[in-house]
Amino acid sequence: MIPKFNGLEFGIVVAMFAVVAVLGFLATRWRRAGPLASVEEWGLGGRRFGTAVSWFLLGGDLYTAYTFVAVPALLFGTGAAGFFAVPYTIAVFPLVMFVAARMWSVCHEHGYATAAEFVRGRHGSAILALLVAITGIVATMPYIALQLTGIRAVIETIGIGGDWPLWVAFAVLAVYTFTSGLRAPAMVAFVKDILIYVMVLVAVIYIPYKLGGYDVIFHGAQSALAAKGYSTLLSGSQYLGYTTLALGSALALFLYPHAVTGVLASRSRDVVKKNMSLLPAYSLMLGFIALLGYMALAAHVKPVGGTAAKPDTTTIVPVLFNTEFPHWFAGLAFGAIVIGALVPAAIMAIAAANTFARDIYKPYIRPGASAREEGLVSQIVSVVLKLGAVGVIVGLKLTFALEFQLIGGVIVIQILPSVVLGLYTRWYHRWALVVGWIVGMGLSVYMLYITPSTTTAHFGSASFAFSSWGIHTKMTIWTGIVGVVANLVVATALTPLLARLPRGRDETSPGDYGEAEAPPIPFGPGPVVGQT
Amino acid sequence: MNNHTGGRKLILLLLLVPLVAVLVPEFYNRSNPSIGGMPFFYWWQLLWIAGVAICVGIVYLVTRRAR
Repeated sequence: MIPKFNGLEFGIVVAMFAVVAVLGFLATRWRRAGPLASVEEWGLGGRRFGTAVSWFLLGGDLYTAYTFVAVPALLFGTGAAGFFAVPYTIAVFPLVMFVAARMWSVCHEHGYATAAEFVRGRHGSAILALLVAITGIVATMPYIALQLTGIRAVIETIGIGGDWPLWVAFAVLAVYTFTSGLRAPAMVAFVKDILIYVMVLVAVIYIPYKLGGYDVIFHGAQSALAAKGYSTLLSGSQYLGYTTLALGSALALFLYPHAVTGVLASRSRDVVKKNMSLLPAYSLMLGFIALLGYMALAAHVKPVGGTAAKPDTTTIVPVLFNTEFPHWFAGLAFGAIVIGALVPAAIMAIAAANTFARDIYKPYIRPGASAREEGLVSQIVSVVLKLGAVGVIVGLKLTFALEFQLIGGVIVIQILPSVVLGLYTRWYHRWALVVGWIVGMGLSVYMLYITPSTTTAHFGSASFAFSSWGIHTKMTIWTGIVGVVANLVVATALTPLLARLPRGRDETSPGDYGEAEAPPIPFGPGPVVGQT
Repeated sequence: MNNHTGGRKLILLLLLVPLVAVLVPEFYNRSNPSIGGMPFFYWWQLLWIAGVAICVGIVYLVTRRAR
């Protein structure tokens, strides 16, 4: 079911999209020091972003369309379990603070642009680096697609049934990202975040006021959830799933190529560490947006789109705005959601493209590639990735967009031993890490494969039910935790056994991991972007 | 490096506090006390967003001066 077309909302979204597209093109000239066509300049913004720009960039990068669309949909559909996104985005900062700082230092010292490049330098293993690169690219693909479901939810709510707006939006995004690189999403992120903050502030005050307070909202949500067998509190059998999902997602987040890109684009180690205490401001926004799912339940919102038997619950936030607010405000909010999806989609495509250029194209296809050629390959691949994501999403209709991202997390966490442990120790043997990856990934994919959902027989969820192994319990666990523990156990057990095999050459030295500040800019005294 | 290394290491324990506070639902999976109609489960976790910013912020300030 598609609602009646709303011209005013459509016009506002189109106008906002146009402004952002122009900004994206203008970003090409934004305080650039060197030629654009290289991974350093195009793909990392010259590694010169200060605290403020990094904050917006990482915020726009890590708190994506799933924040606005998929998390409320999860609370709407399953109650308290969906609130895992809040402990997840709390736990991530203490966990990664020092890891990200070490990553920044060593990558800055050696000019690494990706996690896979670091792994090749640290462990001296081309195979391990290739595995890390492929893992990152594969895990990013569903994440880009998830952003699209956010845009589609808005399109359906405005009353457009076709997929053509998705193609148009991504074609424009692809073109301005091609020309401007990482500077484009960094600049657009300012606009996006101001819009989102305004929208959320108004929503969390006005909607409860209209519905009769949070008391009414939680009671309304509880009775609606109880009818489906869910609750606004967790049941005892959900504890393990809730904790492992939050913890695992937090551990996985900074392993994604786009998160690494966001960190490496910072000007200094200090900027990275400082932002770990400033980024939780976005978690607060996420928490309140999550509660929009309950407001939708209390307001008896009916999702639109999808099929009659399986409505598209990702539309509940747009529909809620449509019913509770005047159309001009709903239009602004929709524009914010669309832009909020474009920013991370651009960074993800850039990060995955950098990974392809640096870790697959250069070592395996054209070993002699110049920096300019490498940059051009990265630009082209970013376009291919975006259009590929639209193709995938147009072919699929999803109930819970979030499951997409959760499966990506299960995959990407398998590079944790090589990357994170690699930042702290050289004890692990490279072949032990390779075998650990194979075992962990194999086990995870097998567990995902035998997990059904209500509509599919396989790859239904990233929460693994122990009952699948004949264990008589309702408990579930996040699949990625099981996989990465298996990975670690294998890598740890094999390392002493493989002691006779030659170890890889480590091109880093202990001092590289604590380097504090950027040396002078190589292209001359350009101003520092967003210095505070 | 100076003599206060041990004390600074201790401050890293601050990073564990928010982890324990939000990753053990046994502590907070209940309705009461509620604030303004919001069950304990929700406001406790939202409150720890400020908590984590403060804990990480303190660790940042201390480890920055340590250099």
